[in-house]
Amino acid sequence: MSILEIRDISKRFGGLQALDNVSFTVQQGSIKALIGPNGAGKTTLFNLVSGVLEPDSGAINFNGSPIQGLKPYQVAACGIARTFQLIRLFPRMSALENIMIGRHVHSRAGFVAGMLNLPWTCREEKEIRGKSLEIMRFLGIEGMAESEANSLAYGQQRIVELGRALACEPKLLLLDEPVAGLNMRETSEMAKLIVKIRTAGITVLLVEHDMTLVMNISDEIVVLSYGQKIAEDKPLGIQKNPEVIKVYLGEEDA
Amino acid sequence: MARNKYLRIAIFTACVIAIQIITSFAGKTPYLTQLTMAGYYSLVIIGLTLLMGYTGQISLGHAGFFAIGGYLSAFLTTYNLIPYKDKLVVTWLAKTGALVMRQDLYGRDILAVQPWAACIAAVLVTIAIAYVIGRPVLKLKGHYLAMATLGFGTIVYKIVLGTGLLGAADGLSDIPGFRLIPGLEVSGKAALRIQNYYIAWGLVILGVTLLTNLIHSRVGRALRSIHGAEDAANAMGVNTSQYKQNIFILSAVFAAVGGVFLTHFNGGIGPSEASIMKSVRYVAIIAIGGMANLWGALSMGTVLNFLSLRGYFGSYDDAVFGFILVVIMLLAPEGLLRTDLFRDIRKRFQHKPSQEEQSP
Amino acid sequence: MGHRTYASIPFFDGMQHIELLSQYLVAGITYGTIYAVVAIGFNIIYNATGIINFAQGEFVMLGGMTAVMLHTLLPLPLAILGAVIITMTVGALIEIVFIRWLTSPAVLRLTIITIGIAILIREIALALWGTGVKALPYFTGTAVTVISIGDVHISPQVLWVISISAVMVVILHFFFTYTLLGRQMRACASNRDAARLCGISAKNMVTLSFVLSAGIGALAGCVVSPITYVQYDSGTSLAIKGFTVAILGGLGNSMAAIAAGLILGILESFSIWVMPTAYKDVIAISILLLILFVRPSGIFGNVEASRLKEF
Repeated sequence: MSILEIRDISKRFGGLQALDNVSFTVQQGSIKALIGPNGAGKTTLFNLVSGVLEPDSGAINFNGSPIQGLKPYQVAACGIARTFQLIRLFPRMSALENIMIGRHVHSRAGFVAGMLNLPWTCREEKEIRGKSLEIMRFLGIEGMAESEANSLAYGQQRIVELGRALACEPKLLLLDEPVAGLNMRETSEMAKLIVKIRTAGITVLLVEHDMTLVMNISDEIVVLSYGQKIAEDKPLGIQKNPEVIKVYLGEEDA
Repeated sequence: MARNKYLRIAIFTACVIAIQIITSFAGKTPYLTQLTMAGYYSLVIIGLTLLMGYTGQISLGHAGFFAIGGYLSAFLTTYNLIPYKDKLVVTWLAKTGALVMRQDLYGRDILAVQPWAACIAAVLVTIAIAYVIGRPVLKLKGHYLAMATLGFGTIVYKIVLGTGLLGAADGLSDIPGFRLIPGLEVSGKAALRIQNYYIAWGLVILGVTLLTNLIHSRVGRALRSIHGAEDAANAMGVNTSQYKQNIFILSAVFAAVGGVFLTHFNGGIGPSEASIMKSVRYVAIIAIGGMANLWGALSMGTVLNFLSLRGYFGSYDDAVFGFILVVIMLLAPEGLLRTDLFRDIRKRFQHKPSQEEQSP
Repeated sequence: MGHRTYASIPFFDGMQHIELLSQYLVAGITYGTIYAVVAIGFNIIYNATGIINFAQGEFVMLGGMTAVMLHTLLPLPLAILGAVIITMTVGALIEIVFIRWLTSPAVLRLTIITIGIAILIREIALALWGTGVKALPYFTGTAVTVISIGDVHISPQVLWVISISAVMVVILHFFFTYTLLGRQMRACASNRDAARLCGISAKNMVTLSFVLSAGIGALAGCVVSPITYVQYDSGTSLAIKGFTVAILGGLGNSMAAIAAGLILGILESFSIWVMPTAYKDVIAISILLLILFVRPSGIFGNVEASRLKEF
């Protein structure tokens, strides 16, 4: 069952064709990687799926319904959560509070309820807090709950951002370069977490440059180059694909 | 945590009571008048603190909302409808109990809207106006936003200054008292001075309580997230433009209520309440109190407004607040501007890892 | 609260009609020229720093008031020169004291500081000169001298306003396009780091931009004071209208500012026909809000380019 369907998506920025008729699907419960040289259009694709940008043409279907053109907060309500290439935590809030924001789509208390501090909102707050702590335990970071996000180490911040996305209880998780800037130990920890997330039933679509990670944990890989899809296959197939090799390593001199 | 946040409010309430007792005891009951007025200005300030401090939206025109509330209630409660007694609208209004027959200062009979109805009408109109201009204004950034709010405030000022019906340069006066419930009246009568002091500060305490609750709620968290990283907040399901608009409207309502009550307390209102200088004053107070610091703004606001109202700044009133604004912005622009600084630097150095720089 | 409508003008006949129209037009052009000069002042500083300098309107006020004060001691041309120099010095001082030493300047913070500075200047003016209105004498002739061009009667001062403003614009254009200093300023505005690498002192360019803006503002204030009078608080509404014009033409685009200034001046002038004079200022601000909401890049601005500008 394909949970995400990208169909003939194109996006242009002035003179640059960032994406050119790209199509692929993501199967539910799998980990799919999106790779390609810099400038291939990977983050643009993420921005299109998460609603930051609107495609010039084509369709994006999530669980069968079109989501292109929806605003980011609406996309989140549909069940898609994301992390960012450059960490976008809320700097002056604690790690726990950052993750609690992820529960926003699953809670209701509005302005009036908030101002009057009604009993049901207190209950809801406790619930939000509890669930967020649970996620921190799942990721093994419950120790830093009250630390200010700013003060955490880079690797820890990455995990908090992951936790925030998980708090949305997404059906699809978009990870934008989740291990960028992490050392080998942190990378393998992150890899374990991503697999754990898949085991929990969440589909993962990730953009990455770390080939080892990609080859190890992905079920399928899509390769983009200059805005076009040049391959879509299982990891083994991608490794042997001559087009892919050409794009990454360049042509062999005759 | 819950106990903590109410503790401050409790201490504040104690201070309010203490100040009244001390002032009365020291025989300086006239001081209570200025303190009461300072209280109503504080309503504007706490609403604006929420807007500026927690969502990072600057408003240089909030005096406009204060004036809209004040002028509307002033106009409605003093405009004589007797000449229109037979019009359908008037008879219908009379049936709903919104009108009252009374005598004005000169003993003439007038038929006007009664204060409660006028207050509700003023608040509703304020909400409508804030809704309409909020949406486009909040889409603007940086100094475009500042200019737009400045423009809004100036328009309100020019309109009240230039409209005969609203008293033009002299403003409106002879505003009747506002009877909240039997026994509690907002008016300038000397005998009710202490009562009015508590009405004003009671309102402030109520406002602070509501806002404190809000800040600690899901909404407050969402607001802080918008302030911290708006795009990320959006991606996490926070409808950022809706929230910003709601806060704008909420802060406008606070300002308008302050305007309504102060008008009834003073028995009048003039165009100066809508002036840019008043708006700048509010911004300066919030700046010096610490952008997202409700208590800081409240205390600084009370002190500065009290001194200003008692005339301690003499003819240099505006200069003092202008000076404060410049000095604070130069030396210690916390909160709102810190984050803009952060974003500004990030934008300029996209490839460098994001680290917040300390301002000098 | 009646307003003059076209139909209510007494003795309506062809001749008066044209005469009235042309009076409004002349008034519109006169004010519009001043608005354009203020807008150009905004643009010069904006291009050099990205700041909106709220004290721009105060430069105009200072020019006029200082000139009047100096005129009691000096002949008119020297008084005007003196006023311009003094105002330029004030402009430089503002930059040096308030703006220069900020190492991490967020433009919004600086813009707010200029608002505070504008207030302080206004209060100082109030303390120095009180609330009275002042004016320089007419440069040529008196208040009742008229030059007739056909059926149109205008004061020679209007010609002074237009010609001096035109000369200023031409000199500025020449300065920015052909002189080394002017080109250095443009380089700095365009790409500060690259300019620094070429040895151009960015800090001094910023000071120069303030000095220039102050100078043209002051001169405008002098030349228009016989017609409009100056008061300690003349600067505020000028600043708002100047900003409206700058935005209307596209921030940073001084040529467009001229056209935009004339448009606003004429619109404002003719608005008296349909609404009470008291609301005249509301026209300018409404246009400002409209532009900000609908097309912040201005009529002549480039939409893409304005989106890229950082605030």
